[in-house]
Amino acid sequence: MTALILFAQQSVELTSTEQWVINVFFGVIALVSTAAALKMVTTDNVVHAALYLLIVLASVAAIYVILGAEFAAATQVLVYIGAILVLLLFGVMLTRAKLGADDDLNHEQRWIGGLVSVVMLAVMSFSLWEAFEDTKVPTALNPDDFNTGAVSESIFTDYIVPFEAISVLLLAALIGAVVVARRD
Amino acid sequence: MFLNQFLIFAAVLFCIGVYGVLTRKNGVLVLMSIELILNAVNINLVAFGAYNSDIGGQVFALFIIAVAAAEVGVGLAIVLLIYRNRRSIDVSEADLLKG
Amino acid sequence: MLSLLAAEGPSVPEVFDLVWLIPAIMASSFAFILFFAKRLKIQAHWIGIPAVTACFIFSLVIAANWIGYTHDVADSHSAESHSSDSKSEDGDHSDEEGVGASDESAAPFVNAEDVVVTQCGSDSHGDDHGDDHSDEGDHSDGEAFGAGETAMGADLELAVSEEGEEGHSSPCPVINEVTWFENGGSAAEGGSDIKIGTFVDGQSVMLLVVVTFISMLVHIYSTDYVNGDRRYTHYFAFLSLFTASMLFMVLSSSTIQLIVGWELVGVCSFALIGHWWEEKPNSDAALKAFLTNRVGDIGLLVGMIILYFAAGKTFSIATINEMAVSGEISQNTLLVAGLFLMGAVMSKSGQFVLHTWLPDAMAGPTPVSALIHAATMVVAGVYLIGRLYAVFFIGFGIDGGTLNAMALIGGITCAMAGLLAFVQNDIKKVLAYSTVSQLGYMVLALGVGAYTAAMFHLFTHAIFKACLFLGAGSVSHACHHSFDMKADMGGLRKYMPKTFWTFMIASGALAGMPPLAGFWSKDEILVGAGAFPGTGGNGTFTIPFIFGMAAAAMTAGYMTRVIWLTFFGDYRGDTTPHESGPRITTPLIILAIGSVFAGFLNVPKQLPLIGSKIGLTFEEWVEPAGVSTFPIIDHGKPSLGLAILATGFGMAAIVVVWQYYKKLYSIDRKATEYTSHWADKNGLLKAGHTMLVEKYYLDHLYTDTIAGGTKGPLARGTYWFNQNVLDGIVNTAGKSATVAGRFIYKYIDQGAIDGSVNGAGAGAASWGQALRRIQSGKVRSYASLMFGAAAMLAAVFIIAV
Repeated sequence: MTALILFAQQSVELTSTEQWVINVFFGVIALVSTAAALKMVTTDNVVHAALYLLIVLASVAAIYVILGAEFAAATQVLVYIGAILVLLLFGVMLTRAKLGADDDLNHEQRWIGGLVSVVMLAVMSFSLWEAFEDTKVPTALNPDDFNTGAVSESIFTDYIVPFEAISVLLLAALIGAVVVARRD
Repeated sequence: MFLNQFLIFAAVLFCIGVYGVLTRKNGVLVLMSIELILNAVNINLVAFGAYNSDIGGQVFALFIIAVAAAEVGVGLAIVLLIYRNRRSIDVSEADLLKG
Repeated sequence: MLSLLAAEGPSVPEVFDLVWLIPAIMASSFAFILFFAKRLKIQAHWIGIPAVTACFIFSLVIAANWIGYTHDVADSHSAESHSSDSKSEDGDHSDEEGVGASDESAAPFVNAEDVVVTQCGSDSHGDDHGDDHSDEGDHSDGEAFGAGETAMGADLELAVSEEGEEGHSSPCPVINEVTWFENGGSAAEGGSDIKIGTFVDGQSVMLLVVVTFISMLVHIYSTDYVNGDRRYTHYFAFLSLFTASMLFMVLSSSTIQLIVGWELVGVCSFALIGHWWEEKPNSDAALKAFLTNRVGDIGLLVGMIILYFAAGKTFSIATINEMAVSGEISQNTLLVAGLFLMGAVMSKSGQFVLHTWLPDAMAGPTPVSALIHAATMVVAGVYLIGRLYAVFFIGFGIDGGTLNAMALIGGITCAMAGLLAFVQNDIKKVLAYSTVSQLGYMVLALGVGAYTAAMFHLFTHAIFKACLFLGAGSVSHACHHSFDMKADMGGLRKYMPKTFWTFMIASGALAGMPPLAGFWSKDEILVGAGAFPGTGGNGTFTIPFIFGMAAAAMTAGYMTRVIWLTFFGDYRGDTTPHESGPRITTPLIILAIGSVFAGFLNVPKQLPLIGSKIGLTFEEWVEPAGVSTFPIIDHGKPSLGLAILATGFGMAAIVVVWQYYKKLYSIDRKATEYTSHWADKNGLLKAGHTMLVEKYYLDHLYTDTIAGGTKGPLARGTYWFNQNVLDGIVNTAGKSATVAGRFIYKYIDQGAIDGSVNGAGAGAASWGQALRRIQSGKVRSYASLMFGAAAMLAAVFIIAV
């Protein structure tokens, strides 16, 4: 959003109205995606869970846009929604998961997981609040520093070694997946 | 825009993901919950990148997306193998590590 | 004398910069064997042997350079002393005068004015030395302890110099370090960077040569011994890894690197003891070795951590030693650290109470026993003491003491293990207890301040004990892989002459028979104890000295027993033994030659003919005298009387044991000891055998009587003496040694110590049972625990900080 507004205006400072719009937008996205995530981990229908995951992933892409990372947002949509989600749906299909409601998806002792995650949330929120309080993300961004060109330049200069490592990792994962899953 | 609004949102997603990993029996659903955790981390990276005006945050978010793709590939292969061997993808039945 | 003297000391040989290549070659040999040897269809020894041979040659080059460097430094020091104006009335500290002056050295004198201590500048010390030193840049690295400035020791006021015997000056250790990971800069800058590097001094060079030499011979030997083994490649890979880790440890410049090497050799030892893990006792022995060593490792870690903080957050061995010498670390701290480190020494070097793993470790292949559990790895504890000698020397108050923990442990170990060796039937177990006993000797020597004697004994012991173990392997190779001396051996000298003669020489060396190697090193240790009149030394360690003398006699005794049971008498097995092939006998012959000549490296200066030329060369090369990283130690004065006494004890033991077995043999050709069973039948056997015996003696008597009527009374007296006194002594000594040995073995060794070891094991097992419930095997519950624990820890962290 920031990036879009910046591109539209060619200005470096957002007005207070624009910031207000962005905050409301964020609030809506956060609420929708939290709700979708909660539904995803509680629903009793595997295919529905995948669809809720789609909502979460799309919301995260929108968050990236708000933060001015439009290339990451595009990749999120392409890779996560286009590839990973489809792969997960294939997984659902190949394992012959029950279509429709299935009441045997959760453990009996759900409270342990709930307790652990609530404690973690409390700890993390508290420490985040302690650490950053009301620090603001700068809105005076220069679009040239954050566009796709800057990303590609950074990947192929500063981060070339991790990039190559990731390439090898993907290759290894490809071969590994074939070796693990083939019938022999 | 506060930095914390992004970070705490990411923390919420992370904890929901952990809850999913800990409670779901179905292997595919566990993988989905892991994706949730990874996304939460990505939000943190991009938010800190914006906060520090550093492109590195985005770059590492991209790397994590690539790693997530690899992870889902291998993870699903494992789930399929479990399914083929035990006719079930209930991860709570896999307890070969029992001591 | 001013402190500017040695600003232009001899330059450090550049080859020391490359010493890291030695462990690196072995490590790459390991990796290559493990990953490629099978695939490329290369026999593993074609990689291992060239690698270890290259290392051996390189080690010799390093040793030659070190020796040259030592002489350069000594020469430059004596030259400075000459040119210096402030000569004292006692003359120069020069090697040339060393011999002539020895007669006046009976009373050591302390004269602080007269002492030159080479200050090994340490950059982390923070005082002027470090800065000056790096400016001089006499070594490429800048942080090396080059042959630095010579400062007057007057301000240190702990200097003792004994003219003649301690007249040489040694170079500082040459250290090359790289920062392994950064942790806020060096100690002077308030951080504690962790460094790894190489530490070249006499001790490490000596061990380099020993390790690569023995390892090379063991490699060659193994090509025959484990030929056709199902894990041949694996075996050679681990030999390479062991050699690499041992060399890595030997060359370590920081305590943390030493710990890494220490653990690595432990792992290799574990893997090689359990080489034939399909059989339960072997894998049990491997586990026992590993777990017993873990007990000591706790001591090692704690001791090292204490020293790390005591020395101002540094892992540097040189700095720790320097601060210990200069008194910057209090004696109490050093004592506590030293006691913890003694725990590590006790486990690794098989000292009493924690020695039980070593005899069990003989379950591994014999070449491994020779390399790891006799010659190299088990001396790691001794090496550790020598490496941090300032810590122990000052911590235990060895100077002027009469008894300390180290000397006592060493003394008890050498005597106890010597007794135990009498009652073992397994030839390798005898040698194992003998190793324990000899390690006890080394620790005793270090405990009484005889540093060079300990290192020299380490050196000679490595050679002759490797020869003995390889000889035992050769014997068992001939007897279808049995190690039971009583059931399957006897009379082998006729069948395998090469093995027999090499074994004899090595046994003689172990028993301390002059002029073989063990005689010289053992004698120096006994001299160092300072309890014998006129030997001087650091203090008067009477109790360790008595233990040492007893052990010297017992060593000779049990080795005679082994030789008799193995090589003399009649063959008791049921197959035809045969001499081993050349790949087995060649290493034996090389080691036997070494056992003869190694001792001449460090004969006393007073020895006629050769003493003045080659006397104490080993000491000059190895002992860092007059260096700020090493405490100033007194040297005992060699005593002819002590040498004769100790040798006499050994000879007496040999004669006693020999007579015991000879008498047995004359009664029953297959008997191996007096047994109650035999005693029951004694009456029956008597009729047949008494006649034989009587005839023999009577014949003897008659011959004597007829040959010289005048000698009749003498012969009768001799006969009486022989029958009553000698036989009585022989029988009593033999029996009581057996009884005592068996008692100790049964009750103390097997009962108390094994009991407590097993008790600890049982305790661990019950805890394991209790904790096992958490181990449900369910990944989900593990994940819950992990996340929950992480959250709790984070919460604790937040609240606390």
